[in-house]
Amino acid sequence: MKNKNQLPALILLVIGLVVTAGGLFLFINRFVPMWSFSHKYMTDNAIFAMLGILGLFLGIVALLLARSLRKQGQEVPSDTLKQHMGLKATARISNTVIYVLLVIISVIWLAPFFCIVVQSFRVNPTGMTRYLFQNPDAALKEGLTIRFGLDNYRRLFAGDFPRWYLNTFIIAVVVAAVQTIIVLCMSYTLSRFRFKLRKPLMQFMLILGMFPGMLTMIILYQVLKDVGLAGANAMPGLILVYVASSGMGYYVSKGFFDTIPKSLDEAARIDGATRAQVLYKIILPLAKPIVIYTVLTAFMGPWGDFVFAKYVTGVTPEAWNVAVGLQQWLSTTTNISENYTMFCAGGVVVAIPVVILFMCLQKYYVEGVTGGAVKG
Amino acid sequence: MKKYSDLEYLKLSKWERFKYRFLSFFAAIPVAIGNLFLGIGKALKKAGLAVAGEAKDIAMTFVNGDWKTKLSYLFMGFGNIARGQVLRGLLFLLFEGVFIAYMILMGGGYLALLPTLGTKGPYQMTERIEFMPGRFREVVKTVTYADDPTIHNSFKILLYGVLTIFFIVAFLYTWRMNVKQNKIAEGILKSGKPLKSGKDDLRSLVDDQFHKTLLALPLTGILIFTVLPLVFMILVAFTNYSSGHNGGETGLFHWVGMDNFRTLFSWDVGGVNYSATFGEILLWTLIWAFFATFTNYFLGIGVAMIINKKGIRFKKVWRTVLIMTIAIPQFISLLYVSKMFTLNGLFNGFLMDLGITHTAIDFWGDPTLARIMVIIINIWIGIPYLMLIATGILMNIPADLYESAKIDGASGWKQFSKITLPYMLFITGPYLLTSFTGNMNNFNVIYLLTGGGPHVNLSNGAGNPGDTDLLITWLFNITQKGFGEDGAQYYLASVIGILVFIVVAFISLIVYNLLPSVKNEEDFQ
Repeated sequence: MKNKNQLPALILLVIGLVVTAGGLFLFINRFVPMWSFSHKYMTDNAIFAMLGILGLFLGIVALLLARSLRKQGQEVPSDTLKQHMGLKATARISNTVIYVLLVIISVIWLAPFFCIVVQSFRVNPTGMTRYLFQNPDAALKEGLTIRFGLDNYRRLFAGDFPRWYLNTFIIAVVVAAVQTIIVLCMSYTLSRFRFKLRKPLMQFMLILGMFPGMLTMIILYQVLKDVGLAGANAMPGLILVYVASSGMGYYVSKGFFDTIPKSLDEAARIDGATRAQVLYKIILPLAKPIVIYTVLTAFMGPWGDFVFAKYVTGVTPEAWNVAVGLQQWLSTTTNISENYTMFCAGGVVVAIPVVILFMCLQKYYVEGVTGGAVKG
Repeated sequence: MKKYSDLEYLKLSKWERFKYRFLSFFAAIPVAIGNLFLGIGKALKKAGLAVAGEAKDIAMTFVNGDWKTKLSYLFMGFGNIARGQVLRGLLFLLFEGVFIAYMILMGGGYLALLPTLGTKGPYQMTERIEFMPGRFREVVKTVTYADDPTIHNSFKILLYGVLTIFFIVAFLYTWRMNVKQNKIAEGILKSGKPLKSGKDDLRSLVDDQFHKTLLALPLTGILIFTVLPLVFMILVAFTNYSSGHNGGETGLFHWVGMDNFRTLFSWDVGGVNYSATFGEILLWTLIWAFFATFTNYFLGIGVAMIINKKGIRFKKVWRTVLIMTIAIPQFISLLYVSKMFTLNGLFNGFLMDLGITHTAIDFWGDPTLARIMVIIINIWIGIPYLMLIATGILMNIPADLYESAKIDGASGWKQFSKITLPYMLFITGPYLLTSFTGNMNNFNVIYLLTGGGPHVNLSNGAGNPGDTDLLITWLFNITQKGFGEDGAQYYLASVIGILVFIVVAFISLIVYNLLPSVKNEEDFQ
C-alpha cells in the first residue's frame, strides 16, 4: 500500500536511474575507445572511465537503497484510518512535487524561446552575449551595454530574408498540395485494394527506407544541375524532389484508412458505385482528419529542410530557403557577431505563422501521431 | 539450450527467469540469421522456377497460337489490334516504337560503354588566341564533352546505362504482358464471349483497376527519384567517382571493384586509419541511437504519466507548452540552443551569474561533454513527441487492470512495471525499432548542434570526422569537403551509405522477428 516512505524511495529511484545511466554512458564512451582505438587520450579516458564506474556503483547503491526503503514502507502495519490519512497526505505531497516538476519542465522547454524573442529585439550588441538583459557586473567588467529596439526586424526585411521567406512559402504550399495527393493515393490503395504486388511493394519500400536518403542527394543534385534546376532556379527542382518520393511516407494515413470499415465500400459498390466514386463520395469526406494531418506535416516539412536545400541552391542566396539563409548567418564567427540578433528575429518571424497554424490544427496532429505510432 | 514450457518457466525464480530470457534472446539471433539466409535461398529457388515457368508458357503460346498471336511476338499489340482492341494495341505498339527509338538513339550507345564507363576523357589543348590586335598568346584549354561530342562522360554513361537497363526490364515485362494478352484473348474468343473494348478498359481504370491509376504517379516518382538514384549510388561504391573524377570536366571515372571497401577497412591509407575512424563512428552512432531512443522513450512516458495523473490540473496547458516545441522548425531551435551553450552563450553567463563556475565551460569542446550535451538536447527535442504518443496509449489501457491491481495491493511502482510498461512496450515495439534506426540517421540534431565537432580523438581523414559525427553526418561531410587529390570522395560516401543500410537492415530484421507484438499479436487484444 502507498505510504509516506514511498516518496523518498521514488526520488532515490529516479536519482539512482539517472546516475546509473550517466555512469554507464561515461564508461562505455571512455573505456571502449581507450581499449581499442586511440592511445592519445589514454589518461584522460581512464579517469573518465573510472568516474563512470563510480557513477554506476553509486547509482546501483541508490537503487538498492530505494528498494529497501520501499519494502520497509510496505511492511509498516497501520490501521485503516491512519492509512487513509496517510494516503491523502501522500497524494497531496506527491501532487505538489508533480506541480513543481511540471513548472520546471515548462520553464526548461520555454526558456530558449523566451530568450530568442528577447534577443531578437536587442539592437546592441548584434553578436552573442552571455547576458539576456543588462547586467551591472558585465557592464562594469566587459563594458557591455545592451539596448533594445526594432532594428533587427527592419534589417531583416531590407535584406534577402523576404526572398527566402517567399521561396520557402511557395515551396511549402505546392509541396503540401501535391504531397497530400500522392500520400493519400498511396495509402488508400495499400489499405483498400488487394492486388498481387501489394505485399512485395510494401516490403520493397520498407527496404528502400533503410538506405540513408542522403545518399541519393549527390546524384539528384548533379542531375538537377544538368537540367538547369539547381542554383538560381532551384525552386522547381526542390519541389520535385520533395514531392517525388513522398509516397514512401504512407504509414500513418494507411493506418487511418484501415480503421474505416470496409463494409461502407462494399455497400456502395453493391449500389453500383465505381471504385473511384467510392473514394470521392464516401471515403474522402470521412478522411478529413488524416487529410489535414497530411497537409500540415507536408507544409511544415520544407520550412525545416536544410541539407538538401543547401546542397541544391549552393552559393546563390536568392534561391535559398529560410533554413539555409538563417544557418548561413551563424556559420562563421564574423557572421555571428554581425547577424546573431538578426537570426533571432528571423527565427521568430519564421516560427510565428507555423506555430499559429500548428496550434489551430493541433488536434489533428495529435491524432495522426498517436494513431501512426500505435500501428507502427 | 533447454527450452522450458510455460509451467516450468513460472516455477523459476526471478533471477533464473531473467537469465533464461537473456540467453534465449541471444540464442535466437543465430537462428534468425539462419532463417534469413534460408529465406533468401527459398526466394531464389522460387524466382528460378517462376522464370522457367514463364519461358515455357511463352513457348507454348507461340506454338499453339494463331498467326495473329505469332506476329505479336515481333510487333507488340498486333494481336490486340487485329482482334479489335485498338486502344490497347496502339499503346503496346507505341511503347515498342519508343523503346526501339530510345535504344538506337541513346540507350544502346550508353549500354555499350557501361563496362568501361568511357575511354576518351577530357584532354588539354594549347590554343593561340589573339588577346590584343596583332598579339597572340598560347593558352592551355581543357576540352570536355561540352566542346567535343566524341568525348565521353562517365557520369552520364553510368546514369543512362542504369536507366537503359531499367527500360529493358520494363520492355521485357511489357512484351511478356503482350504475349499473355494474346493467349487470354484467344481463349475468350474460343469460348464465344466478346473481348473488352477500349471503352471498357478506360472504365476499368476508375473501377476494377483503380489501384493502378492511383499508384501510377507515386510509384513513378519513387522509381525515378529514389530507386534509380539509389542503384546509381550503390554502383558508385564500386567506382572512383569523386569531385576529382566527376566523369565530365575533371576526368573520367572507372570501375575499381572492391577497392573502396578495402580502403574503408584498412589501417593506413595515406596516413589515415579508416577502419579505426569507421569503427569509432559506428560505435558512437550505436551508443547515440541507444541513448537517444531510450532516454526519450522513458522520460516521455514519465512526463505523459505525470501530466495524466488523476488530480493534476491544467493538463491542457502543460501539454500545449510541450507541443509548441514541435511546431517550431527544428533548425531554429537546434541552432539557437547550440549557440546557447557556446563559450560566450547564455547558459555559461547564467552559470557564472549564479557563481557555479568562474570560467565558461566549453560544452562543445570536450568530446565526452559534447556527446552528453547532444543526448540531453535531443531529450529536449524528443520528449514532446513521445509525450503525445504515450498519452494516446496510456488512455487506451483498460482502467480495470489498475483497479484490480489496486485491490490486490500493488504499489504504484508495481502497477507501472507490471501493467503500464509491458503494455507500452508491446504496443510501441515497432515504433521503438523505427525510432532507433531513425536516430542512427538523425542528421539534423547532430549537424545543427555540433556540426560533428569537436575534432579531438579522430584522425583527420576524408570529411574531417569529429567526435559527435554519426555515420550519416560523416557521409554528408565527405560529399562536401575535399580531401587529398580526389576531392570530395563520393565513392567513400557511397560505401558508408551501403554499410549504414546493412547495419540498419540487420538490426531491423533481427529485432523485428523477436518483437513480442509480432510474435504473439493477440496478447493484449
